[in-house]
Amino acid sequence: MADTIRTGLTRRTFLKSTAATALATPAILHFTRAYAQNPTLKLGYVSPKTGPLAGFAEADDYVLDGIRKVFAGGLENNGKNWAVEIIVRDSQSNPNRAAEVASELILKDEVDILLGAATPDTTNPVADQAEVNGTPCITTDCPWQPYFFGRGGNPAEGFESTYHFFWGLEDVIANFLALWDHPGVEKKVGGLFPNDADGNAWGDAELGFPKPLAAAGFTLTDPGRYQPLSDDFTAQITAFKSAGAEITTGVMIPPDFGTFWAQAAQQGFKPKIVTIGKALLFPSAIEALGERGNGLSTEIWWSPNHPFVSSLDGTTAKALADGYVSATGKPWTQPIGFRHALFEVVSDVVKRAADMEDSEAIIEAIAGTSLKTIVGTVDWSKGPVKNVSKTPLVGGQWQKQGDKFELVITTNTQAPEIPVGGELALLG
Amino acid sequence: MEWVNAIVQGILLGGLYALFAAGLSLIFGVMRLVNIAHGDLIVAAAYLALVVVQVTGLHPLASAVIVVPLMAAFGYVMQRLLLNPTIGKDLLSPLLVTFGISVILQNGLLATFTADSRRLAAGGIETATLHVLPGLNIGYLPLLMFVAAIVIIYGLELVFSRTSLGRAFRATSDDPEIAQLMMLDRRHVFGMAMALSAAVVAIAGIFLAIRTSFDPASGPARLLFGFEAVIIGGLGNLWGTLAGGIVLGVAQTVGAQISPGWQILAGHLVFFLILAIRPRGLFPRMD
Repeated sequence: MADTIRTGLTRRTFLKSTAATALATPAILHFTRAYAQNPTLKLGYVSPKTGPLAGFAEADDYVLDGIRKVFAGGLENNGKNWAVEIIVRDSQSNPNRAAEVASELILKDEVDILLGAATPDTTNPVADQAEVNGTPCITTDCPWQPYFFGRGGNPAEGFESTYHFFWGLEDVIANFLALWDHPGVEKKVGGLFPNDADGNAWGDAELGFPKPLAAAGFTLTDPGRYQPLSDDFTAQITAFKSAGAEITTGVMIPPDFGTFWAQAAQQGFKPKIVTIGKALLFPSAIEALGERGNGLSTEIWWSPNHPFVSSLDGTTAKALADGYVSATGKPWTQPIGFRHALFEVVSDVVKRAADMEDSEAIIEAIAGTSLKTIVGTVDWSKGPVKNVSKTPLVGGQWQKQGDKFELVITTNTQAPEIPVGGELALLG
Repeated sequence: MEWVNAIVQGILLGGLYALFAAGLSLIFGVMRLVNIAHGDLIVAAAYLALVVVQVTGLHPLASAVIVVPLMAAFGYVMQRLLLNPTIGKDLLSPLLVTFGISVILQNGLLATFTADSRRLAAGGIETATLHVLPGLNIGYLPLLMFVAAIVIIYGLELVFSRTSLGRAFRATSDDPEIAQLMMLDRRHVFGMAMALSAAVVAIAGIFLAIRTSFDPASGPARLLFGFEAVIIGGLGNLWGTLAGGIVLGVAQTVGAQISPGWQILAGHLVFFLILAIRPRGLFPRMD
């Protein structure tokens, strides 16, 4: 992807960006926004509002409403009050579209900070556009390896103007291993990894699951990459049955997991623990599985039980999630906290930036962030690589309490500050 | 036994593909229309079934009593209002209209039902299974879908060969102008064909909703295998569509048994091979 962007910086892109500067120049000569009565800070935000990834952006409207209220009085920078305008664009779950709207936000709307969220299909094209144009950019909600290496990042150099906060593959692996450390379960794992960015990363022989699993004494049966939206998982089920797998893992989309899970029952495959990334994130996905959703386990990036508060107004994780539930009548989802945190970071950056007119100064302020947010501490000086800050990750299980499913945190070995809510129950 | 199991599951999968493809095959046979919105109509039917189940409390399979006539009516109106005005010498315009219907359906469903993945809970039948031999289980649901596909195709064949409506379909398909001269109202005949296709779509939608979770964007993926089944089986031949579905299903499960990476590819390769050797499909019935 980074290659296409780089080759994309040809005469046309160059002309476009220089044209934008040329147009802007007379304005700078007369007066800059900073001298205007009410300077306005423009934030561009790209997320997959429609399309297959829309679940990740479902809570955007609610979060943005809250943020707009907080930002209504403007943000203080160097004793001056900046009005805030948030321009929202839909990526339509399409990376090309994401790049297009990001480029429009930068060149046409001339946003000061570009924001993006949800899966490599959004974060990567958005960040690539920002990097090419030198626009400050903060993204979240995508494991850092696909973000960093997927964009051709070099750990020695990093990126200039684009920053990201989320957890990484190593955290998922550590959490899953902790979940599976159960005396009643044999250490035999069946892996379901699709042929997409996530599946290839998780199943990668060097950087993915196989090595750490072997090191922890687990045997992994990985029949190979399947095509997403497959209608049949007989081959995998047969392989898991003959290997005697008692644990099933993978990173799947909800329809694939639904197909697999029904076929597993039809063909008599009964694992004791099923821990799947991505497919089991949203309460709606679990509700859809009915009784068969009870006891499935997944990674947890954020929950109402996380002991964190918003740096904007002291809202607790629980209050934020409850607010969403009462406003929409829908169950809370994990991205809510991360969307909120994205704007917490923006607010903090604006407060600290030496000069809001200078994108260099804004980038410097982003890099210098050390902020306790509603999803944990965001601090780019401590990242695994430059431009990446890691937030805590725990693991847990969907457990039926009354007539509703609750996501209960059952392992916190990777983030002991987040309390455990219960014990992992084996599937019947 | 692994291979036997793979082939048996492949045949059952073929029933699913035939179910998805039967409506497509019918429409193509009667009016030479490639319905790009077919997959989205299946998903729309799934949502309709969801609403019916939530409102009436019926069992998902019983909801067909309401969903099938509603979808048929919707199909008729859609054909009369949106598609008929564009049908003529030009093959491209109706194709583009179905493309537009596809986009509108997807976004309309997204706006109404959000992006949450949904599913119809059908109780015990979802996981019930028949132990045929050690290592060979046949799920009730896949078996039911397979039987449904056969019954539906048999029913459609009966309509085509025994009823005056079927005669009108065949006449319009053979020569629309002469059929018009024989006092057949082409607009109505096309409307009825779409209604019949939408009724089959309704059944496919209900089974889709029970089988796995779906969301507003899951329609287009349903279209591709449907097309392949129609073309493998031969254009205009409904039993051929079933055969095409089975060929595709078995190719996929046997491919997956070799390596899961081969699953989809094996299906496409068989499709390609048949297209290369018999460009008109296995059992063509029309030019």
